[in-house]
Amino acid sequence: MFILKLIFKNAFRHKLRTWLTILGIAVAILAFGLLRTVVSAWYAGVEASSATRLVTRNAISLIFTLPLSYEEQISHVQGVKIVARANWFGGIYIDEKNFFPNFAVEPKNYLSLVPEFVIPPDQQDAFIRDRKAALAGRKIADKYHWKIGDTITLKGTIFPGNWEFVLRAIYHGRDKSDDETEFLFHWDYLNETLKKTASLRADQVGFYMIGIKNPGLAAEVSQTVDRMFKNSLAETLTETEKAFALGFISMSEAIVVAIQLVSFVVIIIIMAVMANTMAMTARERLGEYAVFKTLGFGGAHLAGLIFGESMVIAVIGGAAGIAATFPVAKAFGEAMGDYFPVFNVAAATIYMDIAAALLVGLVAAIVPAWRCVRIRIADGLRSIG
Amino acid sequence: MGKIPFSYSIRNLWTRRLTTVLTVLGMALVVFVFASILMLAEGLKKTLVETGSYDNCIVIRKGSDSEVQSGIDRLSASIVETQPEIAIGLNGDRLVVRELVVLINLPKRGSNKPSNVVIRGTTENSLMLRPQVKLAAGRMPRPGSSEIMAGQSIARRFRGGGIGESLHFGMRDWTVVGIFDAGNTGFSSEIWGDVDQLMQAFRRPVYSSVTFKLNNAADFDKVKLRLENDPRLTIEAKRESVFYEEQSKVMAKFLRVLGLSLTIIFSAGATIGAMITMYAAVANRTNEIGTLRALGFQRRNILTAFLMESLLLGLAGGCTGLFLASFMQLITISTMNFQTFAELAFSFSLTIKIIYQSMFFSLIMGFVGGVLPAVRASRMNIVDALRAS
Repeated sequence: MFILKLIFKNAFRHKLRTWLTILGIAVAILAFGLLRTVVSAWYAGVEASSATRLVTRNAISLIFTLPLSYEEQISHVQGVKIVARANWFGGIYIDEKNFFPNFAVEPKNYLSLVPEFVIPPDQQDAFIRDRKAALAGRKIADKYHWKIGDTITLKGTIFPGNWEFVLRAIYHGRDKSDDETEFLFHWDYLNETLKKTASLRADQVGFYMIGIKNPGLAAEVSQTVDRMFKNSLAETLTETEKAFALGFISMSEAIVVAIQLVSFVVIIIIMAVMANTMAMTARERLGEYAVFKTLGFGGAHLAGLIFGESMVIAVIGGAAGIAATFPVAKAFGEAMGDYFPVFNVAAATIYMDIAAALLVGLVAAIVPAWRCVRIRIADGLRSIG
Repeated sequence: MGKIPFSYSIRNLWTRRLTTVLTVLGMALVVFVFASILMLAEGLKKTLVETGSYDNCIVIRKGSDSEVQSGIDRLSASIVETQPEIAIGLNGDRLVVRELVVLINLPKRGSNKPSNVVIRGTTENSLMLRPQVKLAAGRMPRPGSSEIMAGQSIARRFRGGGIGESLHFGMRDWTVVGIFDAGNTGFSSEIWGDVDQLMQAFRRPVYSSVTFKLNNAADFDKVKLRLENDPRLTIEAKRESVFYEEQSKVMAKFLRVLGLSLTIIFSAGATIGAMITMYAAVANRTNEIGTLRALGFQRRNILTAFLMESLLLGLAGGCTGLFLASFMQLITISTMNFQTFAELAFSFSLTIKIIYQSMFFSLIMGFVGGVLPAVRASRMNIVDALRAS
């Protein structure tokens, strides 16, 4: 108990310096946590993917479509429970800045494939019944102040023109990690319009979402589907939803890697600051440590004092940083909502925060402790800060 | 009484080597991150600015953001081609190209991870419109054949992109016969082939864009007005340079926001580090300061000496950081452009402006970290300072 008190007293002997160091550590841990959260937000789509869903798309790339006739053929494959057709619509709401993903989907099948979209039953019926109906996530409905029954106009980038929808339903995510920024509408609405305006582009499907009976069938079903359309004009590539989402991330991997690197750099910076504080502290007290040694305290004891002091500062700073992470992440997530539909601080991030703070405390004390253990009593007594 | 000699500040830093090195290291890392992000944003900008030419005009379908989303049918393309402002090439041809731009999914060498690559259907004029693009190895693909050429950045990083290798798409094998060098432009991340062959293979009856060189760059507004008001066309005309700049707006904004938030947070940490060092320097030298004052040095002399010391820390940090950051120029970042969904390679680019900015930033950190401790030092009472042990 006495030792603990001594450590605390020592730690706060230079109040200003200690508080500055604590502030520095808090800022660094906050930055570290924030960057880690950015990285995990990048992977949010992967986390939210289901193991029983496959995505079939054109093998050349996403911008090529598949014939409508594939739906029937895919649904006959052993192990396939349900197939829903969908198109990436790429519409813009008023201005390019207001980005949210929007898809044309076959409503009944698609909704039964995504149980994580929680919709009140009456709204769901209204959405399915009306061909001009749209379904929007809670977050974008809040952001643009949409109410049920509102007319929403999207400007098509891939499919030219202004497209009008009536908002019939708003969904909530089942889990915190579910994307609440999607905008869905009837595939038939898109297709019927195309038949009139650009008949060559009608009856084309962007991708098929396939529900399989159990996750174990994923490899088999994907192979069967792809083999079926091999050497045709539109060869397919079928993969699990997770692999599909990962494919997008791997394309922007460079950025993820950079953010990860930077998150470690911030820890190194704060290590330098903290090590500096501890080096100064220990240098000033060399005389005291020599007195301790004269009194018969061993090197291990003194090293313990220095490590303890370093840990106290690191832990207080770390705790403050972690506490600040939550409100800051919330504000940041709102500001960057267009880039990151899901922005939550993960439990793993907190553990890494704690580990980083402890590591900083440990590393900072190594050199001073080593010096203090090594120094001869006479030299220590002679030294001046 | 004159000034306190400059060497006093330098020697003080030298005496406390470990502390000095640690502080400088902290600041250097911040400057490194600061400079790297500026360099990345600059590299992206440079890539996109160099991709488009000011006197080229690109025509895409109205409302589409990128060439990939756009579609221009043959009739519209022919109408665009009749504009009188189009420049005439050396052999008497009009300098205009109808191009097809699609994405194909290719696996990377090594990791085997697929990424989207732009494949551009071109004609012989495409090269004349883009003087930045030059053949670097092999030969040009023969028109009307299944031969293609790849940009340097594609040939290096994607499987099947090298000379002699082939890619399979559209039920055909396409042989890479040439590699072109497009410098730091977006074209380096593209594959070029014959437009008619590619349209056939992809079963696409429409072009993606029509690009032409203007005889006189100032004519752009006139052509734009005429084309966009033509009732037969639903198109948009843009200067090529503006078009490519817009393609990276989202990416540029992302880098800016990320860079700004990182820099603010990091500099807070490093400034605190400098402040701790300087406060300690002042506290340790109370006696010394008292002596200096007793010798007749003025308060402002003391203030200057300590500020100088802190600015030296900043200077050293800035130089080290910039030295480290200059090596980043060797690295090329390749990532997906969020707007076009296509792979884009760009590198870190160090400019004089970035050097100024980084040094200025570093000195500011040194100044902010040093000003409070220096004021404290200069405010000390002579008698109290001399009495302190």
